[in-house]
Amino acid sequence: MAVCIAVIAKENYPLYIRSVPTQNELKFHYTVHTSLDVVEEKISAAGKAMADQRELYLGLLYPTEDYKVYGYVTNSKVKFVIVVDSSNTSLRDNEIRSMFRKLHNSFTDVMCNPFYNPGDPVQSKVFEGMVSGMMVQAS
Amino acid sequence: MADEALFQFLHSELIQYIYKSGANGETENGKNITKLEAMGFRVGQGLIERFTKETPRFKDELDVMKFICKDFWTCLFKKQIDNLRTNHQGIYVLQDNSFRLLSQLSAGKQYLEHAPKYLAFTCGLVRGGLSDLGLKSVVTAEVAGMPACKFQVMIQKA
Repeated sequence: MAVCIAVIAKENYPLYIRSVPTQNELKFHYTVHTSLDVVEEKISAAGKAMADQRELYLGLLYPTEDYKVYGYVTNSKVKFVIVVDSSNTSLRDNEIRSMFRKLHNSFTDVMCNPFYNPGDPVQSKVFEGMVSGMMVQAS
Repeated sequence: MADEALFQFLHSELIQYIYKSGANGETENGKNITKLEAMGFRVGQGLIERFTKETPRFKDELDVMKFICKDFWTCLFKKQIDNLRTNHQGIYVLQDNSFRLLSQLSAGKQYLEHAPKYLAFTCGLVRGGLSDLGLKSVVTAEVAGMPACKFQVMIQKA
């Protein structure tokens, strides 16, 4: 279960960011912002390495003492960042991948919506519903 | 099967509609082409998002153009681009010897002057797809002889 989920556009501004409301939200925004650097590093490093079939999923970006941050980049350079609680029983890689896949599918649906202009904040209710399903339930 | 014909009919009606509504006002010919191209742009962005969901990341510009020529064109028109040429400095020419959207018009000189209208939407599609993948470009098209056509893509360096 994620603690914070963010969708960041190609130009590195957030299209959608949502965190568990009970905690200090600013801290999560800051964490997501710093993780962008790590994402950039991984993208440029992968260019020199061999083409990997699973390049879209970036894996664990960096662990802090409380949280782990995972990243995923689409071919259109939109980045998804998920922050999970470390104290939680460690989620397996496959579960994180499936979360990213669901996010990517929902985001593709949002992009294909003719009422959505690329670059605007995401306001789709279906997208919000899917994200709520993945976040820790606020007690 | 049926979906190909559906899109061709819709596309032809789209062009007729834009031109008819253009004739009522005082819009000149250029604006209609721009409207069609802008529509293609937005559709191209959404299509690319859907088609590149599973593909591995692209290594460079040439890789992106090859994807457009093979997978993108196949998904749209059930065939690949027949010829891709480049000068390796950002200019690519995509040649299609029997463009689906033109194949219904008679293969001769009669409708040659109307052909650009039918290519505007596809130019927008390519431009939208490239822009979503991170490449700003200018796409133009020309018809030498029906139903063959050439799309010229000029990638703009940042």
